[in-house]
Amino acid sequence: MNLSVLLWGIPQAMRAAARLYPEYAARLKERNLVAQLRLRDRPEGRWIQLENGRIRSQKGLHARPDITIHFKNKAIAESFLTQPFDMLERIDAAKNFKVGLEGPDELAVWFMATLARLESVTWKAGTDVGHGVTRYTSGTNGGPIFVYVKDGKVLRTTPIDFDADDAPSWSITARGKTFTPPRHTTLGAHGMCQKSMLYSKNRLLHPMKRVDFDPDGDRNIQNRGKSEFVRISWDEALDIVVKEIKRAKAVGPGAIAVQNGSHHQWGNLGHYLSAFNRFWNLIGVTKCVHSPDSWEGWFWGAMHHWGNSLRLGCPEFYGTVEDCLKEAEMIVFWSSDPDTTYGFEGMQRREWARELGIQMVHIDPHLNHTAAHLGGKWIAPRAGTDPALAQALCYVWITEGLYDKEFVAKRTTGFDEWKAYVLGESDGVPKTPEWQEAETGVPARDVRALAREWGTKKTYLGAGSWGVGVGGACRGPTGMQWARMMAILGAMQGYGRPGSNFGNLQFGSPLDFNFYFPGYGDGSFSGDLVYSANSAHNYQRMPHIVTMSSVRQAIPRMWLPEAITQGKAMGYINDVSSVQGQFFPFGYPSPGHVRVEMLYKYGSQMFGTMVDGNRWARMYQHESLKFVVNQSVWKEGETPFADIILPACTVFEKWDIGEWYNVGAGYVMHMYSMNNHRVISLQHKCIEPLGESKSDYDIFLSIMERLGLGAVYSEGGTTELDWCKRVFDSSDLSKHITWRQFLKKGYFVVPPDPAAARAPTANRWFYEGRKKDTPEPYPLPSDYVGGYLEGLQTPSGKFEFVAQTLKRIDDPDRPPLNRYMPTYEDPVRNPELAEFPLKLLTAHTRYAFHVMGDDEGSSVNDIREHRIFKDGRDYLVARISAQDAAGRGIRDADLIRLWNRRGSVVCAAQVTHRLQPGVVSTYAGSAQYAPVGEPGQSTDLGGCVNMLCPSESITKKGHGIKPNAVLIQVEKWTGVDTWKPVEAA
Amino acid sequence: MASKWNLIVDVARCDNCRVCFLAVKDEYVGNDFPGCSAAQPAQGHNWLDIRRKERGAYPLVEARFMPVMCNHCDDPPCLKAARDGAVRKRADGIVIIDPEKSRGQRQIVDACPYGAVCWNEERQIPQAWPFDAHLLDQGWTRTRAEQACPAHAFRTLKVEDEEMRRIQAGEGLEVLEPGLGTRPRVYYKNLRLMTRCFVGATVVTRAGGTEECAAGVEVVLTKDGREVGRATTDAFGEFKIDALEPDSTGYLLEASAPAGRCSTRFELGGESRYLGVLALAAGA
Repeated sequence: MNLSVLLWGIPQAMRAAARLYPEYAARLKERNLVAQLRLRDRPEGRWIQLENGRIRSQKGLHARPDITIHFKNKAIAESFLTQPFDMLERIDAAKNFKVGLEGPDELAVWFMATLARLESVTWKAGTDVGHGVTRYTSGTNGGPIFVYVKDGKVLRTTPIDFDADDAPSWSITARGKTFTPPRHTTLGAHGMCQKSMLYSKNRLLHPMKRVDFDPDGDRNIQNRGKSEFVRISWDEALDIVVKEIKRAKAVGPGAIAVQNGSHHQWGNLGHYLSAFNRFWNLIGVTKCVHSPDSWEGWFWGAMHHWGNSLRLGCPEFYGTVEDCLKEAEMIVFWSSDPDTTYGFEGMQRREWARELGIQMVHIDPHLNHTAAHLGGKWIAPRAGTDPALAQALCYVWITEGLYDKEFVAKRTTGFDEWKAYVLGESDGVPKTPEWQEAETGVPARDVRALAREWGTKKTYLGAGSWGVGVGGACRGPTGMQWARMMAILGAMQGYGRPGSNFGNLQFGSPLDFNFYFPGYGDGSFSGDLVYSANSAHNYQRMPHIVTMSSVRQAIPRMWLPEAITQGKAMGYINDVSSVQGQFFPFGYPSPGHVRVEMLYKYGSQMFGTMVDGNRWARMYQHESLKFVVNQSVWKEGETPFADIILPACTVFEKWDIGEWYNVGAGYVMHMYSMNNHRVISLQHKCIEPLGESKSDYDIFLSIMERLGLGAVYSEGGTTELDWCKRVFDSSDLSKHITWRQFLKKGYFVVPPDPAAARAPTANRWFYEGRKKDTPEPYPLPSDYVGGYLEGLQTPSGKFEFVAQTLKRIDDPDRPPLNRYMPTYEDPVRNPELAEFPLKLLTAHTRYAFHVMGDDEGSSVNDIREHRIFKDGRDYLVARISAQDAAGRGIRDADLIRLWNRRGSVVCAAQVTHRLQPGVVSTYAGSAQYAPVGEPGQSTDLGGCVNMLCPSESITKKGHGIKPNAVLIQVEKWTGVDTWKPVEAA
Repeated sequence: MASKWNLIVDVARCDNCRVCFLAVKDEYVGNDFPGCSAAQPAQGHNWLDIRRKERGAYPLVEARFMPVMCNHCDDPPCLKAARDGAVRKRADGIVIIDPEKSRGQRQIVDACPYGAVCWNEERQIPQAWPFDAHLLDQGWTRTRAEQACPAHAFRTLKVEDEEMRRIQAGEGLEVLEPGLGTRPRVYYKNLRLMTRCFVGATVVTRAGGTEECAAGVEVVLTKDGREVGRATTDAFGEFKIDALEPDSTGYLLEASAPAGRCSTRFELGGESRYLGVLALAAGA
């Protein structure tokens, strides 16, 4: 269309929209300005004046425009302004300076967004369900939901029941029975409590400043965590933050550090890997690099036996639900409690397995919830001794010939050396069932019985909570040995053989793995091609401007306190592109960079999740940390340790889009195979933000505008709703449903593949010696030593009982042959620990999602297996065996103190028979931190049990936490605190 | 005869995931439903609660859970205790505590033998789960708890009483404390998992100094000379015999296999029992 017509049309369209949509008319009243649109190569254009909502416009050039949008020439302007917009053309024009903006950034962003609103103001969201109620949809970490809204208030939230228009479900026929999943989504507890978190008393509703923080005078750093806060305006808060950013940037590269939790609220846009990531790249920051938290043993250990680096050392899972139901005779759940953390979709499938009479065995010091629900044999090794039990299984298999000899001969290397070790030929210690009994406490007879069952029945090994890794024993001091043993057990039984594989029916539903919709790990609009999986698909699919940080300094997150207080923290990069990617050291300080002076803290509370959390409290009071801003939805234990608090809103109060359990092409590609259906939801802005809270996107944009980067951050005024549309357009959704339909209905169920086209069973190709045929682009093509798609990502291309890649790094914690090394956390072998006779398990929490949903005013607090209300406070529950409780005079619901030299935490006792005596079980996910005395130096009443866990790495040449199975003592809480930390020498 | 609302809860399916518990809070906290219920306080009220029961002892342990809530009794003690018509029984079986008329009537809380009525301190009213009557009246066919339960432990059904009696008999449903004569409309399947006991043990052989699990061993339980249960040990030598009366006595357990026999006498206390390791002895 001709440029003059296009320009003429803009004010016409604005007038029409203002007439039809009161909301648009109101928006036009927000700013008075003159906007000039013009060509650069000749004096042609049109200006638009807004004054109290009235529009004036004229062809030509205005004498004093407030903002100017200029185009290099007529052709570019016409292309840029002609609908439907070609985003690739627009991005190209912006990136290559074919179009430019002049004038105050905030005004320019506002005007561009106002132009974009011409289209979006016509969109309608949600479904009218009568009685004045509109039904919206949203997404939570616990699953997608319907949100019923009346009079601007959320009335209720529910799981989604599918209707007749939604895609059909898949079926599996096994042993004469046909199984089809129920036609609805399911919610975890932390999804079902979202309304209570929205309206929580702990919501941060206004920007706040610590009372004794004066950015231009005394900062009173020593009072962080102790002083009160006062309400301030957004302008004051943002001015302080922006001034501090500029001050820190002037100190040098890396003076600003950013730190966020491992997760965020659900949604591709609001996630830290998009909104925050784009923000930090444009500022330039020292990143806190997460270790492979929850994958520790698989990543640093098991990976070396079979590769799978892009799955953090965990095995593939395609097709395993069908294969398991059809073929398996037994499932061994080893440190595997999917009902607790990932739940309810898999629970249904495990019910089918029970219906089919598949035998169940559970190995865990705690009779975990999956075990208690499913039933079957419970085997309870002493916490952290599981590798010995696994080696004794190998002993029975070898001595009784109960392993897959053909697989071992054809597909593996190093078995003779492994066999010699297991039989004791190389070290004089046969790894007999009796040998393991002394280590694990598990009767030798049980090990023999299990080995024989396993060796003669087709068995699935569900290792970790997903069955294919994650959580549990891999996170303890012997976590690498354990995960390596899981891989070795699988190899000895020929994993990939029908009925013999990895899994617990949690992963591997027969879904469509080719339908493209991005996960949050794909980075959404971050533009970051390095720290997200953006480059795999998203960057091509959704044209947007790339962002890169000029700062290269990084800190291993688990040692952020050491970086601040000691000025040094070294770790190893967890580059998953290859096995040797984990051998590269990095750290702080980095060459040419400066010490961190400012911390941009983004939600979450690390005191409860990171190990030796008292370090974090002490860090905040260190004089070198001159400024801390915390952007958060709720007041959590860590929030008061800031100088400025910025209130963010929940998913209910902003636009976003996302697919249930789709984390993208990163480390858990096709994670949605945990679900019975792929469900993509538009996360409607159901209500206006409460108080003065704002979406993360809007907060970052406000800061960016003050730095002159608003137009860059928002790509010229793109709003969150516009981004949702761009994500929609980038995906395969747009081939199945129109944007307007999707916006109204709010969700889409991806049709599953027909049975004949389902993804092949995991590892079958390897078992049968064929080319890899599972739908994951791993390993990278260059990592095949034979032909492309032939063999594993190991030097030999085979499963390696003795890991060759570990010979390339000399790490005493990871010998190439996975010999049994008892944990240091052993009061008998190490008498200096004798005063701490109990082993503490700090598993992923059941009812909250890490810290999300705990405390935070959540209804979860009323669950008496989560917290118990006593003396005016909700205390975290710690489970203790009846025997250990009796010896200490502890009764159910008593307040008890768990302590060692690192920490002291008061919990409420749940006396149980579900624990092996000697073990105390808690969940590490407290959102509270409530020190009795000095922060970091006294007993915590909030339940930050990971304070008791060591901050040393799980392995010397790597970095990862090892929070499980540490030694503690427990006593009844007297109410008098005399505890002090004993810092490591 | 008019059809009425009933709820069936399957104890065997509940694993205490608490989604139903939270769904009820989601529905009632912060929401007034005039004529049905006043808003539930943000914390402390559990209109649907879940009771926990462990059976057995390490290492043979079960954990069982049972959602409990207002039973919507056909002969409700709360209705008798109420003044001024503060509690009413609807034609569809649902019992409603009127949020206006019940103000100050704390005796309604005390009257419930199931402990299902909570006292709202702030509003000074008794409150209980109203069977989601406001939703059923709008056309919902399931309660929030059923809709949200991932384990499908609930069944909401509107049938005539006679039909319900047939279902009860056919599926072996029980109500809580039937002896009270309150005639609840909430029924339980597999209630024995909460109310009865099991006995279990591990049977082993010891030959040549090696202890082995004794699989496939026939175990017979007699009480006062009469057989009351029978089981076969699994691959780990373990067995359970269930549905025994708490505090019952006079048991003799006998296990026999080609490898030998063993027997033990025991009494049940109030709880299930794990009898430990029983070794088969030749000729015993």
